[in-house]
Amino acid sequence: MTQAPMTQTEDVLQTAAQWRAAGEQVAVATVTETWGSSPRPAGSQMAITKSGRMAGSVSGGCIEGAVADAAMKTIENGTPQLLDFGVSHEKAWEVGLACGGKVKVFVERLN
Amino acid sequence: MTPEILAAIEQAKREKRPVVLATQLPTGEQQLLPAPDAPADLNDAATRALDRDESGTVKLGETDWFLQAYNPPLRLIIVGAVHIAQALVPFAVPCGFAVTVVDPRRSFASDERFPGVEISTDWPDEALDKFAPDSRTAVVTLTHDPKLDDPALDRALKSQAFYIGSLGSRRTHAARLKRLRDLGHQDNALSRIRGPVGLNIEAVTAPEIALSIIAEIVGVRRNAPLPPKSSL
Repeated sequence: MTQAPMTQTEDVLQTAAQWRAAGEQVAVATVTETWGSSPRPAGSQMAITKSGRMAGSVSGGCIEGAVADAAMKTIENGTPQLLDFGVSHEKAWEVGLACGGKVKVFVERLN
Repeated sequence: MTPEILAAIEQAKREKRPVVLATQLPTGEQQLLPAPDAPADLNDAATRALDRDESGTVKLGETDWFLQAYNPPLRLIIVGAVHIAQALVPFAVPCGFAVTVVDPRRSFASDERFPGVEISTDWPDEALDKFAPDSRTAVVTLTHDPKLDDPALDRALKSQAFYIGSLGSRRTHAARLKRLRDLGHQDNALSRIRGPVGLNIEAVTAPEIALSIIAEIVGVRRNAPLPPKSSL
């Protein structure tokens, strides 16, 4: 199953559901709260499969890698996680939020 | 997320029914709202999230709830199955609009020209009566033909449509406003029509004009400070 064509409205949950139906192990990450200048609003989603597929985004590309890593654990053990990405401006590059904003991301497995 | 919750969300989307997925943080317990057995304050928060079309976390008592709002798609009614309409559809759909193209001229409103798009060949006033534009609907007229544009604009002005745009030069637009005035529309109502349609980016080609139109629709929807349009 491929991603929805570009002529369709972005629907990450639907993409995740299609991947799940095709037999993939899938986690969904959702931005639940933002502070400051974070690029994606609350409700933005990313789907991750154990096989390494990704759709959607929870930031401007800064924390997707870390979220995907965390998602692997949730896919493995089924335990949801509430991730906190918030850092001072100078140290932003360490975790990747160069804008200096803060976000919380909820990661859950699609059962 | 359980398969039952996922299926219920998908069903609500299919039925174009607004629904909120409430997730208790950090445990991940989930339920769909509004629900008769849910606490009143949680249902109220869900209703607000849908009204504002905004997802977010709310604290009720000692509990954090993340409320994901799933509203039915915005709607865009394009009157005139013209070249610019063909260019506008592929911009509008990814921006979240369910698009309907209205044109009684069947040679324009063909499946070949608009593959996969909902088409109405009704006369524009009848089509708009049927589609009943609401506050989540944008209406754009592109035919350049008063016989087709005017009835659509007349109905759009009588609706709650959040955006009304009409293609045409300043002179065309001035003549159009005069005709609509003769139909009984007041100046404050006519100022809802954005004409010449689209943001001024000096657009020339059909895709450029389509881009300027979708940009203006998004700007109005997001309350961007847009420059005023027509002088009535």
